[in-house]
Amino acid sequence: MKITKEEVLYVANLARLDVDKVLIDKFAGQIGTILEYVDTLKSVDTQGVTPTSHAIFLTNAFREDDEKQSVDSDSALSNAPKKEDGNFIVPKVINS
Amino acid sequence: MKLYELTIKKAHMLLKKKEISSQELTRAVLDRIDAVEEHVGAYITLDSEMALAQAKIADKEISRGNILPLTGIPLAIKDLMCTKGLRTTCASRILENFVPPYDATVVKKLKTQGAVIVGKANMDEFAMGSSNEHSAIKLTHNPWDLTRIPGGSSGGSAAAVAADMCIGSLGSDTGGSIRQPASHCGVVGMKPTYGRVSRFGLVAFASSLDQIGPLTKDVTDCAMLMNVISGYDSADSTSVPEDVPDYTSFLEDDLKGMVVGIPKEYSAAKGLDPDVSHAVKHAVEKIQAMGAGCVEVSLPHTEHAVAAYYVIAPSEASSNLARYDGVKYGYRDKNKKSLMEMYKSTRSRGFGPEVQRRIILGTYSLSAGYYDAYYGKASQVRTLIIEDFKNAFESCDVILSPVAPTPAFKIGEMVDDPLTMYLSDVFTLSANLAGIPGMSIPCGFSSKGLPIGLQMMAKHFEEGKLFKVSYNFEQATDFHKKKPNL
Repeated sequence: MKITKEEVLYVANLARLDVDKVLIDKFAGQIGTILEYVDTLKSVDTQGVTPTSHAIFLTNAFREDDEKQSVDSDSALSNAPKKEDGNFIVPKVINS
Repeated sequence: MKLYELTIKKAHMLLKKKEISSQELTRAVLDRIDAVEEHVGAYITLDSEMALAQAKIADKEISRGNILPLTGIPLAIKDLMCTKGLRTTCASRILENFVPPYDATVVKKLKTQGAVIVGKANMDEFAMGSSNEHSAIKLTHNPWDLTRIPGGSSGGSAAAVAADMCIGSLGSDTGGSIRQPASHCGVVGMKPTYGRVSRFGLVAFASSLDQIGPLTKDVTDCAMLMNVISGYDSADSTSVPEDVPDYTSFLEDDLKGMVVGIPKEYSAAKGLDPDVSHAVKHAVEKIQAMGAGCVEVSLPHTEHAVAAYYVIAPSEASSNLARYDGVKYGYRDKNKKSLMEMYKSTRSRGFGPEVQRRIILGTYSLSAGYYDAYYGKASQVRTLIIEDFKNAFESCDVILSPVAPTPAFKIGEMVDDPLTMYLSDVFTLSANLAGIPGMSIPCGFSSKGLPIGLQMMAKHFEEGKLFKVSYNFEQATDFHKKKPNL
């Protein structure tokens, strides 16, 4: 097996996912198969090759720092699952 | 001819001559949707009231003599481009009730022209898929054979055009998501050069690969839509400040001096269906007969493109999709007491299996200890793929190839076999890795009557050459005029 169930659970936790117990074996198998296929990249000689993260030649994208209308607070909050007094409400983060 | 069967160009001419009104045209399209949507399932959200209101405004403008190429034309928008006040779900439970407070730049451009937005088209969740089977909302069926997939991820957009449920549409393409469904549904689709069309307001999947483009009934309509959506946008720092030519000026009758290239590695691709191979070969001969030169070219790293892509795209996705945390918008599991439990439960319930699989794959590729072997290596192979295209375009103007190795497959056939599904993207995803433009146009039918597409690719910002070759081919054939029986 290219990737174990435990490794999938570890990575899922990093990605803040709580993978369904029923799905975990299936996922490990499928992701393992994909990773085995991806390993064919090892056969490519990439000595000294510069990696590409962006296919178009563009460097810094500057613009004038003009004042512009932005989304107002009511609109920004319009899709919030929970809100109060102009704030997003989340479960308590720090326990006293 | 029924009004809903019109192309953008013909509808525009009739609107201009005041032989039809936008309200008549929009009603005809809405009636068509009423008649066939239960079989095709192309739309996630329809807003007929709003569409008719937009049509009424368009008619008023036209009566005053103000008509632009898209004024009063009913269009479908893939459900991952933000439409102010109109639900944008990305075909995901996590965004099921998301109503954007702003328009994507492309949507704003369509609205400025006075186009009519009929509704939001179905897709694979977060554009991850080649069949639309990964939509969390509904299934879309191929109008040519309802037991088959329409392709993906812009399957709803392609099916809506093929079934005359809109006059034209917009999709997005990260690894073939416009070209492959266009091919499977027998319509025209273009993925423009990376940076040609603004991505502002497009829900991000893989930011270095995503690009918005048109799906239309013919090549002329594709050029007309490209004229409107292309151009620099200061809201998208990756959009390129290059002048936009009038793409309709490339629709002329001459292929002399044009050289097409045939990649030798593509014909050796595993699993290439004989009907597809035959149709593409025939198309190449036809283009040669019209005066174009033809050379064999080599893209030696083709066999590694799928592997590189399925490291890079999920890596970027795992980072982009981190924003769905149940805090600012979208679904939240409200039963969880701690913040961490809320995050995890929200994301696991909100995302479907394919999205979770890709997030895990991407997170793994980027994680400590694996970064160099996976993401780093794939990014180097990406450079080699770009070099391949640079070399190939030294001896040709346009590269011709199949779009997909097979015609549309049966619904359910590959749903539990992600790797096989990924491998079917072999011909299309290199264009995204290299950022070059690609196009699919109808070039034949399989023995079962399923549409087959021809792919054309050109250098960065040379969409004009794609329009020239595709227009000439279209003039000499009638594949694009055939309609599915619904």
